[in-house]
Amino acid sequence: MDAAQALADLTEISSQIVHAAVIGGDGGVLASTFDDGERAGRFAEGVGRLVADADAVREASGLPGLAQLEAATLDGSLFIVRGENGASIAAVTRPDPTVGLVFYDLKHALRSIDETKPRAARRRKTDAPA
Amino acid sequence: MPRRKLATGMLLGLGSLAGSLLYRRRAARQRERIDLYAADGSMVSVSDGSPDAPRLLAAAREVIRQAEL
Repeated sequence: MDAAQALADLTEISSQIVHAAVIGGDGGVLASTFDDGERAGRFAEGVGRLVADADAVREASGLPGLAQLEAATLDGSLFIVRGENGASIAAVTRPDPTVGLVFYDLKHALRSIDETKPRAARRRKTDAPA
Repeated sequence: MPRRKLATGMLLGLGSLAGSLLYRRRAARQRERIDLYAADGSMVSVSDGSPDAPRLLAAAREVIRQAEL
């Protein structure tokens, strides 16, 4: 499944998510729910800055690699889940979301993107002449 | 006598209103936090009052503002 389709499915399933974006390992936006690409880019930059700051705090706390984070503010919550290939998914919800459910939906969406890659690679390998 | 009762009642009402407002504001502040989860399941919660909280919460608020709720 491509990133745009995964996000479309995600926002259809989870009514708590207001906006979401899939961000590549290089910080570029792979897909987002924003109409405006520039806004999506600013969102991704902000997510990158927050992850860098959170990583510094995580390191100082002696916590192993950062897998996910939730920032709860009065205006809403921000969720970030990091994938194994360096990509991550970030989503903004209204205040007081069901935390476990949002994390579950985000991980599922990210996994559905990840899973297509090895399968495509396998297909190419099978198609190649022996 | 009735005037005194009225004054006491008003004071009690105002006091409880002020108390509930203070309680709500404090509870709202305590809700603001950042939870960092590691791959092994361990977690660190950075809440308002911790030295790292202002920087992290400001960055999070900025991202949420970008999303224009």
